[in-house]
Amino acid sequence: MQTGLTPAPIDWVLLMPLLIVFGTGVVGMCIEMLRPRSNNNAIVATTLLGLAAAAAYLIGTWEYPTIHTFGELFLSDRVAKILQLLIIAITFTTVLYSEGYLRERRLPFGEYYPLLVWSATGAMIMATSTNLLIVFLGLEVLSISLYILAGLSNREQQSQEAALKYFLLGAFASAFLLYGISLLYGATGTTQMEDLRAIWNTPLDKPTVGLLYAGLTLILVGFAFKVALVPFHMWTPDVYQGAPTSVTGFMAAAAKVGAFAALVRFLDYATPMSDAWVPMLSALAILTMTVGNLVALVQKDVKRILAYSSIAHAGYVLVAVVAYGVLSREGSAAQPVSVVYYLIAYSFMTVGAFAVVSLATRGGRERTELNDLNGLWERAPLPAAMMIVFMASLAGIPLTAGFLGKLLIFRDALDAGLVVLAIALAVNSVISAYYYLRIVLATVVQKPALHAPRFANPNAGLVATCLVCGLAIFALFFAAQPVLRELEAPQEVFVHRGP
Amino acid sequence: MTLTTFAFLVMAVVLVLSAWGVVVAKSPVRSALSLVVNFFVLAFLYFGMNYDLLGISQILVYTGLIMMLFLFCILLLNLGAPDTLFEPSLIKRSLAWFVGGVLVLAVSSQVIGPMATWSTSTPTAPEGFGQAASVGQSLFTGWVYGFEIASVLLLVGIVGSILVAKRRD
Repeated sequence: MQTGLTPAPIDWVLLMPLLIVFGTGVVGMCIEMLRPRSNNNAIVATTLLGLAAAAAYLIGTWEYPTIHTFGELFLSDRVAKILQLLIIAITFTTVLYSEGYLRERRLPFGEYYPLLVWSATGAMIMATSTNLLIVFLGLEVLSISLYILAGLSNREQQSQEAALKYFLLGAFASAFLLYGISLLYGATGTTQMEDLRAIWNTPLDKPTVGLLYAGLTLILVGFAFKVALVPFHMWTPDVYQGAPTSVTGFMAAAAKVGAFAALVRFLDYATPMSDAWVPMLSALAILTMTVGNLVALVQKDVKRILAYSSIAHAGYVLVAVVAYGVLSREGSAAQPVSVVYYLIAYSFMTVGAFAVVSLATRGGRERTELNDLNGLWERAPLPAAMMIVFMASLAGIPLTAGFLGKLLIFRDALDAGLVVLAIALAVNSVISAYYYLRIVLATVVQKPALHAPRFANPNAGLVATCLVCGLAIFALFFAAQPVLRELEAPQEVFVHRGP
Repeated sequence: MTLTTFAFLVMAVVLVLSAWGVVVAKSPVRSALSLVVNFFVLAFLYFGMNYDLLGISQILVYTGLIMMLFLFCILLLNLGAPDTLFEPSLIKRSLAWFVGGVLVLAVSSQVIGPMATWSTSTPTAPEGFGQAASVGQSLFTGWVYGFEIASVLLLVGIVGSILVAKRRD
């Protein structure tokens, strides 16, 4: 028997952003234990500093070669680096406005920040892994933090209900994913995506082919739950409505980025099986876009409208995923450019929109009906103006990142010969303009009824969040070239096999 | 039929029946007890294949820990027979049967095929598979990353449960 353990070679440089983000949460937790009561400022400052340090480190080591390290479980290539940076940015902008909102909601829990940061760690793990088991672990780190954050408000039944619903359906989805992974493991003896691809590439006439298809389907169902694709979306509106608004914004952005990152990477390796998953995902994409947009039309609650809108946007991203799958099978696309670009654009508009919605909270109560936003224009002109930008971008109006993102997806879908998907995308964008316009009207035009508008004071953090998200939306449109070039850049992957 | 095959068949039948019992039993306590039987027999199947560590963890973790928690929850919440769990819609019921049936077919077709040819070739795991030494080796060499993420997961769970308990006051 072999004695003495030789651990897997570790490339600390690539791993460092993940470690910094995780460590920030640990430090925040220690401060929470020592802090004077009802003052979270030190934790907020530490969290922001830690996230900024992680982003700076990531940018500083941008040209570092892509190495497959840590027992080939960790891979931080160009796309993974961009997505990690995006997840850090989402967390940073969420933390910026959280404190003011949480005070207004009377939820002074310092643990909020470490949990948020650990949730981001989970999303980063998902974005950097090439092993299904690690993806699953990352998903659980991401989700369990979110279950707790969704039920942060114990006084409101709605928040409790949201947390429980999210927990039960999330556990259900994880079970699907895990079942799929174990079937694939049973059929092939590996959870490593490269090995799976090698096995899929061999002629599929062996007796385990049924297990391969069943496993693939179950994994896709698990992901479909997590990114809220129709018909696996039932939990989304209730959870988005019941969870504290800052958590909803984070959930809508970071959880989708993490899950889509893992899904795209998995499908990238599952190209040999694309005959099975391209039709499945195409059908899901059409259903998701159409149902999401049509149901959003009749909603009265802003958070529910945004929830259905996020379902529809998951459908748009799925079109990009399918188009990338077809294009890379034909060898004409090396990187999922439109997927990543749309995820970046979507994240900033979503976090920004929820930040503005959080202003309608006052004195511990949250009011999120459409007419609760009336009069925001007079009370807080800057966030209201930014709301117009976010809605325009979500609707895909030119000069915004949302427009360019949809254009890229549309182009990719046509290049891939997915005409039906392209048409569905275009029609749905037009439908969606109606309910985004309703939110803009409620914010800017309509006057409040009898009572005076009661809004939280837009503090500096919230204004900063709005400005960062708004600027990002314009910058992604007007300075799209460097971003797209960075996304398209070819790269070489080295395998770290130890000294 | 050798003794090993006979023992395997007996355990397999008990395993399937107890799994059936978990789903079919009306009372949650009976479901939970069926699950205990299921976990135990599964552990003995592992022992039969020389997977000592896997069998012991199965008994310790699942039968000892998880099942105790299940039973505590059931008894504390005083759960009766859930009438609401009956699905009245015929379409949903037939859909559930269809999806379940497809899954059973997919899995069993993969398992029964190799089992029919057992007399000629017995599938074997690599040497030392599932033993404490090899599991420890892989946990602390190739799988350190996953092992560490699992510890992060536990940390999140601990902090989360403190938060859930703390905000009650």
